[in-house]
Amino acid sequence: MARISVTVNGRQHEADVEPRTLLVYFIREQLGLTGTNIGCDTSTCGSCTIHLDGESVKSCTLLAAQADGREVTTIEAMAAPDGTLHPLQDAFHRNHGLQCGYCTPGMIMAAASLLRENPTPSEEDVREGLEGNLCRCTGYENIVRSVLDAAGATTA
Amino acid sequence: MATTETYVGTPVPRKEDAPLVTGQATFIDNHVVAGMVWMELVRPPYVHATIDRIDTTEAASMPGVLAVYTATDLEDAFPAGLPMVWPITEDIKIPTHWPLTKDRIRFAGDAVAVVIAETRAQAEDAAEAVAVEATPLPAVLDLERAATDETVIHEDLGTNVVVHWSHGGGGDQSVFEDPPVLVEERYRQPRLIPNAIEPRGCLAFGIPAAGEYTLVSATQIPHIARVGLSIATGIPESKLRIIAPDVGGGFGSKLNVYAEEALALACARKLGRPIKWIEDRVENYVATIHGRGVLHDCTLAGTEDGDILGMRFVELADMGAYFQLLTPGIPELGGWVYMGPYDTKAYWYEFRGVMTNATPTDAYRGAGRPEATYVIERLVDAYARRIGMDPAAVRRKNLLPPSDDAFTSVMGLQIDSANYEPTFDRALELADYDRIRQEQRARRDAGDPKQLGIGLSSYIEMCGLAPSNILGALRYVAGGWDAAEIECRPDGKIVVRTGTSPHGQGHETSWSQVVADGLGVTPDDVEVLHGDTSVSRLGMDTYGSRSASVGAEAIARALEKVRDKARTIAAHELEVAEDDLEWTDGAFRVAGAPDRARTIPELAASAWHAHSLPDGMEPMLEGTAVFDPPNFTWPGGTHVCIVEVDTETGSTDVLTYVAVDDCGNVINPMIVDGQVHGGVAQGIAEALYEEAVYDESGNLMSSSMTQYLVPTAVEIPSPVLDRTVTPSTTNSLGVKGIGEAGTIASPPAVVNAVIDAVSHLGVTHIEKPASPERVWRAIQEARRAQGSDGQGGAA
Repeated sequence: MARISVTVNGRQHEADVEPRTLLVYFIREQLGLTGTNIGCDTSTCGSCTIHLDGESVKSCTLLAAQADGREVTTIEAMAAPDGTLHPLQDAFHRNHGLQCGYCTPGMIMAAASLLRENPTPSEEDVREGLEGNLCRCTGYENIVRSVLDAAGATTA
Repeated sequence: MATTETYVGTPVPRKEDAPLVTGQATFIDNHVVAGMVWMELVRPPYVHATIDRIDTTEAASMPGVLAVYTATDLEDAFPAGLPMVWPITEDIKIPTHWPLTKDRIRFAGDAVAVVIAETRAQAEDAAEAVAVEATPLPAVLDLERAATDETVIHEDLGTNVVVHWSHGGGGDQSVFEDPPVLVEERYRQPRLIPNAIEPRGCLAFGIPAAGEYTLVSATQIPHIARVGLSIATGIPESKLRIIAPDVGGGFGSKLNVYAEEALALACARKLGRPIKWIEDRVENYVATIHGRGVLHDCTLAGTEDGDILGMRFVELADMGAYFQLLTPGIPELGGWVYMGPYDTKAYWYEFRGVMTNATPTDAYRGAGRPEATYVIERLVDAYARRIGMDPAAVRRKNLLPPSDDAFTSVMGLQIDSANYEPTFDRALELADYDRIRQEQRARRDAGDPKQLGIGLSSYIEMCGLAPSNILGALRYVAGGWDAAEIECRPDGKIVVRTGTSPHGQGHETSWSQVVADGLGVTPDDVEVLHGDTSVSRLGMDTYGSRSASVGAEAIARALEKVRDKARTIAAHELEVAEDDLEWTDGAFRVAGAPDRARTIPELAASAWHAHSLPDGMEPMLEGTAVFDPPNFTWPGGTHVCIVEVDTETGSTDVLTYVAVDDCGNVINPMIVDGQVHGGVAQGIAEALYEEAVYDESGNLMSSSMTQYLVPTAVEIPSPVLDRTVTPSTTNSLGVKGIGEAGTIASPPAVVNAVIDAVSHLGVTHIEKPASPERVWRAIQEARRAQGSDGQGGAA
């Protein structure tokens, strides 16, 4: 067991983790934050995308121990405390950017990171920026529209 | 709240979204109950072998392990094997399919044991410690080789060719004798892996002393699964509750009754502990059904000037190692659309189902109809090339004439309504077909290394499953009806229980729109409950583009009953005859005195407190309907794909994709467009990227998402969509279904486009997926064949 200290969604957690525990399992099973989904085990699908120190990472590519001393943000912290949706969450809703919704938390986290780096992306920028996240329902069309819409909203 | 606004036909934003965008969804892996333990299956390191010995001693002694069971240990747990509900012929040979295999391993997902442990990691570790000693047998993956019975996979059946189904033919078969033009082609379609982004999983728990069990499962079919799992486990349906929580995509892969579901129930019963199982992706690739895997020999008889006289298709279909729920019926589902939208004189289709040492095939988005549409549309292009006619002109010349009413087609079933020409013309207009052909000619003349290709696909599909009497005639064991219960609460809210089981299709929103219009309320006043056999008691679930045309129509019929009762109460309260009431602006109003009115919420309160109902009337304003459709629904359309092929590298870019579909009336255009977007993307993936690849020993080489190329936002283009509307005559809503159209239409449009781009170089055939390597090789071979090869040999 390794002792780690991680700040997750603004709250500090001290925890004992098995050395082999992946960060995504720590988030889901030890902290009970089940909004982050697991889709592939090979760091391909991006369903488990979170922010680590403000940058998007696939939380199945890291061990929980590697998050020691760092800051994690998950989908649960994207809406405001009063429940107001994050502009990306709202844009996904308004643009029908989700169907089954399984890839959605990862898409939103990846898109938030993308917009932080490039607040006014072109359609091509969005498509390339989301290349690490797979969706099987939407054909990506309305996901791309959602992100462009949110970019408009955040830059307006 | 009563309203006069109407909602059907408008893009109402989805009611489902808030939990999904905030991380509050109830996907199966989020379910935890007290005392829960984990199940892991022991999958064999063989694809075909006889089992000599399974040693569970070490595994059973490992930390946290509660039990390790082999098939022998669970013999009493399963009074019957896993269900297959479509024995399509009288003499079909049906392999027994137990949740665990006992003596023989027949595919990589054929589990030999289960481990139950306190944690998932402990279960995984122990599963790896189960020793399986087995004697390998030759692996049979190739369809034609399997059909020779050189190695028989189920020895008790005596053959791998377990079923032969023939449509029997329609029309005048003499057209195939010495026609002016005879085109013969062979098309192979590889296996595909569905890849719902959420893997499967389930949680079984119960009260053993009471014999009551609940299974929460990532399934498309809680109602059908209850029947199937009751048969497999012997738990009576009355004591078995199935819950489909939020389900992360299905595409047919969760339209099944799986070994793991039966095993979780059996272990929960045997151990008295809640049992959870979550599939990982590598496991998903071998243990969850595959799609396609077919080989067609195709014949087209036509005239020199472009009249298609008849088409004939003889198919070999890969069943895999066992039958899953619908396996042998999948080719037959396509078996009724082999005329396409064309007015042919003759129809012929037959297939043989062949067992192989691979994952069972079953319904994958489109289920039989994409396989059919692909070969029809490839064949029509081959015919157009042969007679030197534009492929668009050939198609348009042969389209079935329009009909607002149902009519009998050459394949023998009635088509509900049809009007293909406007759909076709609109697709060509949106694609700017003539201009693109000109540009194609210019690039060809210039010898441009990047060549343009235009591919068309006109399709018809049979969906809205289904009239129970026809299903019966086709030897399907269940019915095709669906059900709805509508309950008007005294607070003005409406509770709807639907038998459909959405997993991304937005039924809560669309069904709310139908109910809102029917009762004069807003969609937000309507709560749609689904996916739980104890909540929505009656249903046949979601697959085959059936939910709107059967499930929503059941709602429409239940609404009629609610309104009939409401009218009686309104007449009683307003002291007028029922005939004096009109349903206008969301209320029953007295004719000539529209201010004297009762809304549904008002009448719901009256029916609830029941203080002053008409004599003999039962309290509560509610209605239930079970709808059995009189016919299938038959959407159709035309898709056009424009690609740019780099003749030096073989790589393909999709420049433009146009989809014009006719799915009848539309409840929510935003959701319908979304279904087309996703379907088209899956079809483009099928055409260009995806293929389950096996090595000679039968190992799946494309064994994870890193090898199996699910496309990303970079590869999938932004499609151009439009619709025509030809209402269905099968249901009062006039809807036809749109869940599978995109996947049915798009693969041949894309592959035809790729071939078209290089056809001037002599290429006439490229297999699916049209990968850069395949395209490049086809170009090299064509150049060699034409004696103009200056490029050296193939790599």
